[in-house]
Amino acid sequence: MKTIEQTTDEVLNLAAAHFKVPRAELQAGDDFYKKLGIDSLQALELLTRLENHFSVELPDYEVQGVSDFHTLATRIQARL
Amino acid sequence: MDEYKGKTISWRMADGVVELALDRAPANEIGLPMLEDLERFISALPALEAKASSLILHSSQKAGFSAGADLRELYEQAKKMDAHSAAKGIRAFLERIHAVLNRLDTSPLTTIAAVHGVCFGGGFELALVCDLIIADKMARFCFPELRLGLIPGFGGIPRLKRDIGNGVVRDLLLTGRSINATKGLSVGLVSQVAAEGEALRVARLTAAQTTKFDRTTAAAAKRFIKPLPAEDLRREIDIFCELFARPAVMEGLRKFVENTGAHPYLP
Repeated sequence: MKTIEQTTDEVLNLAAAHFKVPRAELQAGDDFYKKLGIDSLQALELLTRLENHFSVELPDYEVQGVSDFHTLATRIQARL
Repeated sequence: MDEYKGKTISWRMADGVVELALDRAPANEIGLPMLEDLERFISALPALEAKASSLILHSSQKAGFSAGADLRELYEQAKKMDAHSAAKGIRAFLERIHAVLNRLDTSPLTTIAAVHGVCFGGGFELALVCDLIIADKMARFCFPELRLGLIPGFGGIPRLKRDIGNGVVRDLLLTGRSINATKGLSVGLVSQVAAEGEALRVARLTAAQTTKFDRTTAAAAKRFIKPLPAEDLRREIDIFCELFARPAVMEGLRKFVENTGAHPYLP
C-alpha cells in the first residue's frame, strides 16, 4: 500500500503533467488554485486524472474547501 | 438541409450518419440561442432521418459536452420580471426544450452522444436523450441542480430512471456529485469508454455499424425498448416550476452568477 508521501508525490506529478508546469515548482502545501491559476472546471479535470490514476472515486464534495495538494492526497489515501 | 452552421450548433450528414456539433463558447451553455438552433435542427430532422441511420451529438468546445443550462441568462431574464411573468417564462422555455429533447429521444435514428469533459445538468440531460453515451476518460457527469434549490428540468430524472438503477439516480441527484466515465460505465450509463479525445472517433465507428442494419427494423426495436416517459416528463416540469417560484432559487442563481472565485462548479 502506498504511503501518504508516495501518494502526494504522484498527485504533484499528475498535476504538473496535466497543467504542463515544471514539477519542481510544485510543493505539497501549495494552493493549487492559486499556484496553477485554475478554476473549478480545471480542478475537476485534475480530479478525473487522479481518480483514473489511483482507481478511486473521489466525490467532489470531499474536495470542497480543499485547496492544497497534501490535503488532496490525504483524501485519496483514505480511499486506497 | 444536410449541412448547417448556426451560432451555437452545426450539423452535417455524410455516409448515412448525421453529426450535430455543439459549439457555443465556453462550455455549450444551453440558453435561448442554443434552443433556437436546436429547434432549427428538429425542423430539418425528418429529411435527415429519411436518409441516415444514426445521429452523433458531440461538442466542439474544449471544456466538454455541455456545462448545462445558461444560468446567467436565466438569472438575468428572471430578475427583470415579476414572479408571475418569470414563472410563465420558465415554463415556456422548459416546454420548448422538452419538445426538442423528446423529438431527439424518439428519433428513429440510432443516437449517440460522444462526451468529453463536463456533461453537467442540462448538458447531461441532452446526452441522456441519446440511445448510447460514449465517453472519453476525462468526461464527468453531474446533476448539480439541488445546489440551486432546483431539480433537473430538461427531463433528466425520468430519463436517468429509464436507464439505470434508482440507487444511482438517488446518489447523483441527492449528493450533486459528479462521476467519471469509468463509474458511468460500471453503472450502465456509459456504453463505451474511449481514451482521452477519442470519444468522437469511437462514436463514428459505432455509428458506421448501425448503417449495416435495416432502418425499419432498427426503429421498431428502438420504439419497443425505449419508451418515452411522457407522464414523468410533464410532472418534472411542474415540480421544477413549483421550486423555481421560491425566493431561495433566485438567491442561489445570484450567488452562482456573481461568483468570481475559482469554485462555481464545485459543490
